[in-house]
Amino acid sequence: MTATEILFWLLSALALFSAVMVLISKNPVHSVLWLIVVFFSISGHYILLNAQFLAIVNLIVYAGAIMVLFLFVIMLMNLNSNTEPQRNSLVKLAGVVAGCLLLTVMVSAVRSAGEISKSQAVMNEGDIGLIQNIGKVLFTDYVVPFEISSVLFLSAMVGAVVIGKKE
Amino acid sequence: MYLLTVDWILLLEKLILIAIVVMASLLVAMYSTYAERKIAAFMQDRIGPNRAGPFGILQPLADGGKLFFKEEIIPNHSNKILFILGPSLAMLTAMMTCAVVPWSGDINLFGRTIPLQIADVNIGILYVFAVVSLGVYGIMIGGWSSNNKFSLLAALRGASQVISYELAMGLSLIALLMMTGSLSLKTIVEQQMASHWNVLYQPLAFLIFFVCALAECNRTPFDLAEAESELNMGYHQEYSSMKLGFYLFAEYVNMFISSAIMATLFFGGYDIPFFNESAHTDWGNWLAVAGIVCFMIKISIFIFVFMWIRWTVPRFRYDQLMNLGWKKLIPLALANMLVTGAVILWMHK
Repeated sequence: MTATEILFWLLSALALFSAVMVLISKNPVHSVLWLIVVFFSISGHYILLNAQFLAIVNLIVYAGAIMVLFLFVIMLMNLNSNTEPQRNSLVKLAGVVAGCLLLTVMVSAVRSAGEISKSQAVMNEGDIGLIQNIGKVLFTDYVVPFEISSVLFLSAMVGAVVIGKKE
Repeated sequence: MYLLTVDWILLLEKLILIAIVVMASLLVAMYSTYAERKIAAFMQDRIGPNRAGPFGILQPLADGGKLFFKEEIIPNHSNKILFILGPSLAMLTAMMTCAVVPWSGDINLFGRTIPLQIADVNIGILYVFAVVSLGVYGIMIGGWSSNNKFSLLAALRGASQVISYELAMGLSLIALLMMTGSLSLKTIVEQQMASHWNVLYQPLAFLIFFVCALAECNRTPFDLAEAESELNMGYHQEYSSMKLGFYLFAEYVNMFISSAIMATLFFGGYDIPFFNESAHTDWGNWLAVAGIVCFMIKISIFIFVFMWIRWTVPRFRYDQLMNLGWKKLIPLALANMLVTGAVILWMHK
């Protein structure tokens, strides 16, 4: 086992464990905090793939911005088990069955996908994840989708301002 | 020494460096509290702390000892784990930023060239931003877990302030990055050593960055997050003993680190002014030591300015703070960015 492999397994275990904790935490604030741990471990995976820029941007955008807003909302709504809507056991059972079916479909789909089974992730090398290369690709090959998505963000911002101004 | 394909001596070297940097940050932060009280005393025509040791030089130790021995109160209906996690996170995020700051040039010890920087990653500045944006959690978790509505309100106040000023901070740096073309702090310092300091080319970006740094560190005139006299303290209202000490101390560590970042980005880092380092490579390790001394002097000047402002300027009102951040600094930073871009384009023609 190389150090990279040890790190990979540690990070994967951490990611899965905290993802499960997101689901089973009773307190929504705890769920958000576990979700932040998930983002950290995913950023660790990006670093193992030598994609430092993606790792840091993942942290800035998700852990630093989006999760803070999540926390804002949850803290102000003061959610707890009393306000949580109670579903009857039939709905829960239906949910479990549907979830298991979805898992089966996804596992078989991933298993038969030739693209995934053949290719293997390149660890510690390759420089497509570095900021220079990503920047070049974004502003040459993918410039139109990139600009369109920025317009999308702008429209979302304008929408937020309009809603905020409504008295 | 290769085991598990890891160079263990390199790891040891980095661990020692991390220990030294962390110790140094804590020491500087400790004596910043002393300096703050002395400067406040000087500005208010008082003497300041002068009992513990000569010139009161042991005052920070006495303060720390007092905080350790105070009764530790955890409110009954608070969330205990998060209540302890809050100040720990504040301290952790304050300390983490120093990983990418280049303290000086390389030194040679025992036949190894040791760079005096913990990690020279090619995304240095973004790393700083990531850690700064995580600093909000210390405030929010502390405020929420206290189970006190005043703490929660203060936490929201503090968090929205930090988030708002992060934007202007990032935008002001984009203009700088357009010029340097690199995110690595080491490369930025080396470029400044070869030519002039960035503050000469980007004075407006520096000004915006400085104002935002004041806001990010919750320093006056932006210290609404902890307005102790009129807004019923802040997010650390329920904290006592060393947990309160951690919050207050993290502020001083933040001040030290943001001074270091400002000196690195705009004032040449460990560059010795009016002195050509590349012509004196025969000085060896002494050149690196001189660089550290120079860097520390720059940092001290910034810390002094921070304190000078604190004891001169009154606190903003909250709406004034938000107006300054969103309606003045962000448009100014955007304009600066556009002008810089246009000038760079014109120069390349």
